[in-house]
Formats: sequence, structure tokens, C-alpha cells
Amino acid sequence: MGLVSALVSPALVSKVLPVTDVSSLPDRVRLRRGWRYRSEVAARVGLAAFGGYALAALATAFLSLTLPMVRSEAVATATLISFAILAGAVIWVFAARTLLLAALGLGLPIALLGLGLWLAFDGASMGPPA
Amino acid sequence: MRQGFRQSMAWLHTWAGLVTGWVMFAVFLTGTATYYRTDISLWMRPELRAGSTDSVPAAERGVAYLKAHAPRAMAWYVSVPQPDRPVIGVYWMDSLEAPLGQALLDVESGAPTRARDTQGGDFFYRFHYELQMMPTLGRWIVGAAALILFVALISGIVTHRRIFADFFTFRRDKSAQRGWLDAHNVTGVLALPFHLMITYTGIVTLGVMYMPWGVSAAYKGDELRFYVEAAQTTTWRAGAGRPAEALPLAPLLARAQREVAEPLEMVIVNNPGDANATVVAVFEEPHGLAHQHPQVAFDAVSGAVVERVGTLKPAARVFTSFMGLHEAHFASSALRALFFLCGLLGAATIATGLVLWTVARAPKAGEAPGFGLRLVRGLNIGTVLGLPIGMAAFFLGNRLLPVDLAHRATWEGAVFFGAWALAALVPLVRPHRRAWTEMGLAAGLLFGIVPVVGALTTDRGLDFLAFDAAMLGLGLALALGARKVSHYEARRQAAKAARPGPARVTEGLVEA
Repeated sequence: MGLVSALVSPALVSKVLPVTDVSSLPDRVRLRRGWRYRSEVAARVGLAAFGGYALAALATAFLSLTLPMVRSEAVATATLISFAILAGAVIWVFAARTLLLAALGLGLPIALLGLGLWLAFDGASMGPPA
Repeated sequence: MRQGFRQSMAWLHTWAGLVTGWVMFAVFLTGTATYYRTDISLWMRPELRAGSTDSVPAAERGVAYLKAHAPRAMAWYVSVPQPDRPVIGVYWMDSLEAPLGQALLDVESGAPTRARDTQGGDFFYRFHYELQMMPTLGRWIVGAAALILFVALISGIVTHRRIFADFFTFRRDKSAQRGWLDAHNVTGVLALPFHLMITYTGIVTLGVMYMPWGVSAAYKGDELRFYVEAAQTTTWRAGAGRPAEALPLAPLLARAQREVAEPLEMVIVNNPGDANATVVAVFEEPHGLAHQHPQVAFDAVSGAVVERVGTLKPAARVFTSFMGLHEAHFASSALRALFFLCGLLGAATIATGLVLWTVARAPKAGEAPGFGLRLVRGLNIGTVLGLPIGMAAFFLGNRLLPVDLAHRATWEGAVFFGAWALAALVPLVRPHRRAWTEMGLAAGLLFGIVPVVGALTTDRGLDFLAFDAAMLGLGLALALGARKVSHYEARRQAAKAARPGPARVTEGLVEA
């Protein structure tokens, strides 16, 4: 619990300066060395890589089955935009105010897409061939 | 990560750019060279002269060679000679897992060419998406790096609040960090549409490999069908398992050519020697953006047309146009030169960004640089100047290695990586700033002597003027850059000597 509240506390996610600023260097160094800060960065990197890819992969599969087009067209469309979805997911993970928000923002659409994909597979196996 | 969206994005831009910078610099530079792949290949095989480009007899010679040397292959591929590639390329597939076998044949005789063994421009081409590693691993590394770069581009745009004003801003003398920041902004913004386009289309080019889940969801167990329905290839016809004599090739190719306006590019024979063998005539891309080749498939035994590649539907057209945009096959020489310049700007954006990272973190005077800073500095110079040194050495190796050397093409690769490794290691034992000057001069010198060595070791006279001019231009640019750095260094030292004492603290901040 202590760990979770530490990770979601915005106070910890301090105002580290943008690249253009070189003042108050000691603050920055001190902050970067904190293990909590580092584990939060590591968690976001992992979330962005694996969560982002999972979201993009599910979206690709779901759209490939459900877009109202010939199946090769649906696959081409879905695959084309999948990398924009992936990039968007990565941006979200690093833009979210807290780690918990970042995880929720990926988890919710992943769950919905998973459910949708399951239904779409079900429909595809019963309906006429695409 | 930070309070405020822009701050988060600034952080993301910095770190995404850093971790992906070295790989993507190498990908950009070798990819940019690939816009002149055929010119590089021609230069690297000086024994080849422009010859007949009569495609049908060349295709017959290629198939005759494969019949004799790879009779049991699953498929044969023969690429016919082009004006910029005066050689017959033959490739064969023994199994889906094994790498393609390949040979280059003389256009007139159909025997293996006596031109020196080299990968030519294909070396940089393959490096730029496989890094000369195991293909799958290299492609995944490049793909991941490209996606991170795409994220860095987006977050960089967000970070950048004055995109238009900064376009006209170059504060070289205000401070080193300002100067590098402005250089990064100018090179980044000037060709921003290109950077976004080339990064996304590059990912899309291998998109089905990176994101196969759409294909596998919609084509359970029959993934090859996707390429047929997307009008990229003809259907694979299974072999019958009994041999049969194929019809002569020339009449089939002539019939296919009557249907298609574009010139023949390649002939494919699937299941050669089988009763169900298929001959596919593949033509060059019609004028336009899309990467799609007209194809006509024949039953090799009966001569009946079994399939024609379909027309592109809208989404498939967009998809293949992304690939076409990346490859720029459509581009005339002027547009190709523009793509080349944009590619160089992309490499420069990455290089200035990498340097900016170290400049912004330079230690104050008297402080020793930490491990992270020394690592990044070493990787920066080792990549930004090490790679060009490797490329110049690769060209020199092509001219200087004995023509009959066994495994010659591999040795050329060894020269490339050896010179690169050396150029990355030497700066580690030199003062950092002086190393930039020294390595820049070395790179400039190596490029500068390429035309000289070329003229001394071949009898092609002025046949490669454009290539030689490009080498001299690159050499000159690198040498001038090195001179600039050394002058800047001299001025800085002089300023330091004139202002002893407290002034050193401000010096530390502008340390480059």
C-alpha cells in the first residue's frame, strides 16, 4: 500500500526541468538517484512497451475482424493504424499524471478490446465466411 | 511523468531520443545512402559495363543456370538486367527456412559473372533494416528503435512551443547549448514532414511482421492468402509430386508482355520441374506511389494463364503507397536528391540531439564527467563519426582487397565493421573535443581518397564522376566541420586563458 501511494503521489513526480534548463542541477541529480523515481520510470517503460503493444495488437485483431470492408482491406487498414495506436499508447503512459492512471488508461481499452475480440471471433465462426 | 503535458513530453523526447539515437542515426545514414543503391553497386563492380538489357534472353539464361545448379529448389527467381544493373540475378529457395541461394550471371554468357564478389549497395540497404545481424533480431531492433523515434518526434513537436519562430532562430554565439539546440530545431523542423513520413512508412514496410495479429485473426492458418487478396502476389500452387517438361519460357513472357505496359523485372518459377510448375512474369511498378508489381502467372506445362495479380483496393493502395513513399522508386533524380538531403537532415537532427544531451549535462569546470556522460560521449562520436569512417573504409576495401580473395564480400563487411570499431575506440583515449576534430578529419580524408584510390585501381576513367564528386563533397564537408570544431576549440581556450578565476564557472555551462 505504501508503495502504491508513493508511486501515484504527484509530489514525488517532481518538477524536473525540461531539456533547455541547466539551472538547479543538484536537485535534478538528487531526484534521479531516488530508487522510487527510478522504479517508477522502469514501470512506465515496461507498461509502455508491453501494455502499448498489447493494446495495439488487440486493436489490430479486433478491427481486422470488424471493420465493414473486405477482409484484406480491413487487415490493411487495421495494420496501418496500429502503429499510431501504439505510439499514442506510449505517449499516454508517459503523459499520465500517475502510474495508476497510466495503467488504467491502457487496461480499460485492453479489457474492452479483449471482450470485443472474443465476441468477434465468436461471430466470425458462426456467421458466413468473410 | 512531470507536472504538465509539455514537461512530460520534454522528458519523453529527451530520453526516447537518447536511447534510440545511435541505432536510428545508423539507420538514417545507411538508409539515405540506399537512395543511391544502384549507383553504389555499379561503382563497387567496376568490371561490369553497360550491356544488353534484352530481358527475355536474359531470363532464359537465368532459368537455364538454375535448372543446372538448383534443380530441386522450391522456387527460382531471375531478375533481368536493367540499365543501372547490367547483370542477371538468380536466386533459389530450397526450403522456407533456408536463406535464398544467389548468384550473379554475366548478361551475354549466362555464366557466373567475373565481377568482384561484393554486396555493393545492398550492404547498406540490408544494414539499414537488419543491422547485418540475424535478420529477425535486427528487424525487431530497428522496428522498436523506429517506433521510439516516432514517439520522440511526436513528443518533440509538443515540446516545441515556437515551431515557426524557431525556424528562423540560430543563436550560435549565445552559448554552445543554445547553438546546438537551434541546430537541432532547424534540422528537425525543416524536414519534419519527411522525418515523420520516413519513420512511419519504414515501420509500415515491415508492418505485417511487427504487427501480424490482424492477418492472423482474419486469415486463421492461411496467412499467405492475405497477400493474394491484397494484390501483392499470386497464389502458391502446390506441386503435383510428378515431373513434367515445362514449355519454353520466351513465348510465355511475350504473351505476358502483351498485357502489361511496364518492362519485365523478374521471372519466378514455383515448383520447377513439377507437373504443377508455375511461371510468374513480374513487371516493374507502374508510374505512381504504390509499391505493386503487375504479375501474370502461367501453368508452366500447359501454358494456360492461371492468375493475374488483382488491382489494389483503397486500403491496400494506401498501405503499398506508404511502402512506395519510403523506397522512393517513383522519384525522378531531382526528387531523389531531395529525399537524400532530407535523409541527411534526419541524421543531422539525431546527431545534434545526441550532442545536445551531453552539452546540457556538461560538468562544471573542475568536475570530472560521470560515467553516464562519458558513455554517451563515447557512443556519440563512435556513431556519428565512426559510421562514416566505416562507410568510407568499406568503399576503400572494395578497391583495395584482392579481386580473387575468397569470401571477398564478407571481408568487405569485416573492413566496414573493423574500421567502425577502431574509429569508436580511438576517441576513448583522446581528449573528447580534440577527438571530434581528429575523427572528423580522418573521415574527411578517407572519403577524399576514395576517388583517388578508385582511379588508381581501375581503368574506368571518368565513368563514375557523380560518385567521385559525392565522395569529395562528403570528404570536404567532414573536413570543414572538423576545422570548425578545432577553431571553436582554439577560441575557447584563448577565452579561458584571458579570463582566469571565476569565469571558469560560466565556461563549464557552455562546455561542448
